[in-house]
Amino acid sequence: MAMAVRVCLGFLIVLLYSNFSTALYEDQVGLADWHQKYIGKVKQAVFPTQKSGRRRVVVSTEENVIASLDLRRGDIFWRHVLGKDDHVDQIDIALGKYFITLSSEGSILRAWNLPDGQMMWESAFYVSTPSKSLLYVPANINLGKENWFLVFSGGWLHAVSSIDGEIVWKKEFAIDSLEIKQVFQPPESDIIYAVGFVGSSQFSVCELSSKSGEVLKHNTASFPGGFCGEASLVSSDMLVALDATRSALIAISFQSGIINFHQTYISDLVQDFSGMAALLPVKFTGIFAMKTVSSIYLVRVKGVSELEVLEKFNHPASVSDALTLSEEQQAFGIVQHVETKIDFRVKLDKDLRNGVLKETIEMDPQRGHVQKVFISNYVRTDKSHGFRALIVMEDHSLSLVQQGVVVWSREDGLASIIDSTTSELPVEKEGVSVAEVEHNLFEWLKGHALKLKGTLLLASPDEIAAIQAMRLKNSERNKMTRDHNGFRKLIIVLTRAGKLLALHTGDGRIIWSLFFPSLHRSEACEHPSALNIYQWQVPHHHAMHENPSVLVVGRCGPSHDALGFFSVVDSYTGKERNSLKLAHSIIQVIPLPLTDSTEQRLHLIIDANLQAHLYPRTRDSVNIFLREMSNIYRHSIEVGKDMIRGYSLQSGCNLDVADEYCFNTKELWSIVFPSESEKIATTATRKINEVVHTQAKVIADQDVMYKYVSRNILFVATVAPKAAGEIGSVTPEEAWLVAYLIDAVTGRILHRVTHHGAQGPIHAVVSENWVVYHYFNLRAHRYEMSVIEIYDRSRADNKDVWKLVLGKHNLTSPVSSYSRPDVMVKSQSYFFTHSVKAMAVTATAKGITSKQLLIGTIGDQVLALDKRFLDPRRNVTLTQSEKEEGIIPLTDSLPIIPQAYVTHALQVEGLRGIVTIPARLESTTLVFSYGVDIFFTRIAPSRTYDSLTEDFSYALLLITIVALVAAIFATWILSEKKELREKWR
Amino acid sequence: MEKGKGLARRWAVEFAESPSSSSYHVPDPLGFSRSSQDLDDANGGRQKKDAEAAWKAQKAWEVAQTPFKNLLMMGFMMWMAGSTVHLFSIGITFSALWQPLSALRSVGKVFEPYKDSRVDTLAPKLLFLALNMAGLALGVWKLNTLGLLPTHASDWVSSLAPAQEVEFSSGDI
Repeated sequence: MAMAVRVCLGFLIVLLYSNFSTALYEDQVGLADWHQKYIGKVKQAVFPTQKSGRRRVVVSTEENVIASLDLRRGDIFWRHVLGKDDHVDQIDIALGKYFITLSSEGSILRAWNLPDGQMMWESAFYVSTPSKSLLYVPANINLGKENWFLVFSGGWLHAVSSIDGEIVWKKEFAIDSLEIKQVFQPPESDIIYAVGFVGSSQFSVCELSSKSGEVLKHNTASFPGGFCGEASLVSSDMLVALDATRSALIAISFQSGIINFHQTYISDLVQDFSGMAALLPVKFTGIFAMKTVSSIYLVRVKGVSELEVLEKFNHPASVSDALTLSEEQQAFGIVQHVETKIDFRVKLDKDLRNGVLKETIEMDPQRGHVQKVFISNYVRTDKSHGFRALIVMEDHSLSLVQQGVVVWSREDGLASIIDSTTSELPVEKEGVSVAEVEHNLFEWLKGHALKLKGTLLLASPDEIAAIQAMRLKNSERNKMTRDHNGFRKLIIVLTRAGKLLALHTGDGRIIWSLFFPSLHRSEACEHPSALNIYQWQVPHHHAMHENPSVLVVGRCGPSHDALGFFSVVDSYTGKERNSLKLAHSIIQVIPLPLTDSTEQRLHLIIDANLQAHLYPRTRDSVNIFLREMSNIYRHSIEVGKDMIRGYSLQSGCNLDVADEYCFNTKELWSIVFPSESEKIATTATRKINEVVHTQAKVIADQDVMYKYVSRNILFVATVAPKAAGEIGSVTPEEAWLVAYLIDAVTGRILHRVTHHGAQGPIHAVVSENWVVYHYFNLRAHRYEMSVIEIYDRSRADNKDVWKLVLGKHNLTSPVSSYSRPDVMVKSQSYFFTHSVKAMAVTATAKGITSKQLLIGTIGDQVLALDKRFLDPRRNVTLTQSEKEEGIIPLTDSLPIIPQAYVTHALQVEGLRGIVTIPARLESTTLVFSYGVDIFFTRIAPSRTYDSLTEDFSYALLLITIVALVAAIFATWILSEKKELREKWR
Repeated sequence: MEKGKGLARRWAVEFAESPSSSSYHVPDPLGFSRSSQDLDDANGGRQKKDAEAAWKAQKAWEVAQTPFKNLLMMGFMMWMAGSTVHLFSIGITFSALWQPLSALRSVGKVFEPYKDSRVDTLAPKLLFLALNMAGLALGVWKLNTLGLLPTHASDWVSSLAPAQEVEFSSGDI
């Protein structure tokens, strides 16, 4: 008996642990997962000119990334992702080997080693008033001598040593409310010039000693027209500024302390000028660039009173910074769109009429307009200058253009994914050619023979490498057809730039892309931006001949009441199937759980007047909708007002024109949180497409608890208004967190719990009948994770077996939120080591497989944590039956198992979201996580109990079977013979 | 080979005449009185048959009681196996279920040798059945203690899909 118990316990323990470790072996890396590194939209780029760095470019991006890229292929040499609020303002290269960045509104200056990206030094400045920051790195820096960088930020001018980043001197300008616009030091001079504006109408020039920062001379002159704040330095003693109305240029000369103004109206300079002008921050000597609504102008400054328009480029166009070729020669690049092509021209400042280079390049129309251009030169074999251009397009992609061709392109829009969805691939068609099969069969056999050798440990190292390469290059996973297990899908992502891309889950390659702004830009819709993607049509039974499609909802402007647009995109081809300009705004899109006869999902769009519009606009959909309308509700969470409102829908809306697709909303209920003590921090709902296998939870001793499974459950967490800031800004007594579970149909609060001394940020995930949320416990100085499980007590007395056997129970009859639910709640809190960036839960096709929480950690990794660790029924001492159930003994903190990192050794830099997609194989979930990088893998929370592993040696199985059959035949024949002999004896 | 053996004894033809008829041709030995012998024979035959019937009845009762020993042994084995589900306990439980079942199926065959017009095999059969039933009940009881019988509510609702909801509400995400 005791033996049996021991055996049994051992078995249990093995079972328990086998579930925990879902780790990979080293040779399994890359089989099911892929990782792509991006940098985001490039803001600034500099080309190192020293020998060693010639083949590189260093860039800073809008995702706060600084990176060094290979100019030949576009690969990343090194990359650093700075903090979320550490925006890079200025970059430069000093001494040929340091890469200097000024970030966080000019408060942090860092020097990085150019070849390997290691940080050399960092210095922080005190910033009193936020202002535009400036970085000046002297051009003629020599290696032996100590040189100083000049940094203007927050009202202070700092001189920083180039060797160790120490602040040599600083000078405050904030007292005079002087805002410096340009700082420069003429070559071979000890005087630093700082020019800027005081208020809106005074111009000021400061001459400082470069040794001590002492003000040598300070001249101020006032200009009655006022300045708008933009200025461009054209030479060491002249500046061009715009006046307050942005309609006139003011040339300011400040030679030897005398300040002269000369005003020129832009309308005198260029024809048909209207609106406002802006100066482009490009640095040329004697020339400045001006941008108007329709064009970019290059203007030469010949003297204070003499301005001459050199050239005009119609939009969309972009002008690069000046590139110094030699002492007296500068070049700059211009990129301009000519229909679908782009025109790249390089001009020298000496000879502006004739360009050095003129190239026309075919550019993918799905990239939009040119946004920025950076040029660099190289010396050709015949000693002439060649030029290459780094072009940033509207979709945030980065391309290198050289000798009239696009050498490489990086799809860096993928660094800013805002929404994603998935689509199935087409079903495999009949008619595969025989030759292909034969080839495949031979390959298949060869591959399996190799694998068999590997399994039997007979393979040589070369063969092992070949096996590994074969596994990684498995063509099976990259096919463009649906597979049996549902691992191959398309992930359709929407980027902030408004580009829709379809990625193949096999290797992450881009199948198609579609750029919305260029599709929808028109007179009425000047700044189209895409908001979200929804599933529009997923053909299952009807409409099988149709391709699935997704719906992209967008807005024509940045404000909430801008008109919306609709676009239905075919998921297979990436072509826009139809598009619609909406006559109303979009504040909320509700995908309904209803589909019409062609399996198009019904969507309700709520506009700014709280009227609901039904799409698709067909008779059929209205009929379907009207049947269900009385059961459809909406709620809105007004974070600023700390209020949640619930609405019902009514026919007819108060428009001038009768519209049968328009419905009115009527407020039913509202929950107002007391503004002095609570502030909405986080809300979470269940995923609309989540599948729950069962409503019953079998607990120890074969008892049953009925889960309260509802789609309409809304989790709301509020914090004390005082404690809404950073962790540690309040004492534990002043901080609290209140968690609510609310029924979103009736507004009934199902459960409310207060955590004293707890503070945000809060991350929550709702699934089935439970919610898990993560917050900071100020008293314990640790992060904590709480779980609330909610059960339906009114069903608990369904215990009569005979009634259940005969089906005489009401457990499956439809339930209404209006029937008063009698709920029971179990909850528990655990300490957790990490802070969390994102949280998600695994989703499987039928919801049978146990769940895992996917936690995006501060280290930009994704950690899988079994839901069983977050079981409220965990206890210190467990009974035998509870042990059998698999409940883990209570511990105060959740374990972090190193093998449980889904991302294994990789990092998803700047992690922002984790998406789980069920595969067709019940045990498996596809995980897609995105941030600056994107990462995809598939995980099996309870291991792949429903399929053989990919490594399974079919050849070995086949050989075993063949051998067995042969042995049976052989022994049968032998026995027959022997019998015959016996008979004849 | 076995087939051959079986076939050989399927039917037989007796060519000799009946023993009584043969005695007419051969004179009886001296001092032998046929009549008494005949009488004796008949008498002895009846006695023999009675004895056989008694023996058969006794044997039938013995056979009917055999499952009792089995029952005891099964009980002991089950106690040894414990009440958790593993290979050993499952094996024992299933053999405990299988043995009575197979015995019940072959109840006719078991009592065939003792079948006689004068022997009443009904009572032993009933005992046999009752004991095997008891064995079966023991097996079922064991199955239940192992938790393999759907006797709890949990067994019937564990894969019951959640009830459909009437209302639907959606909000900002």
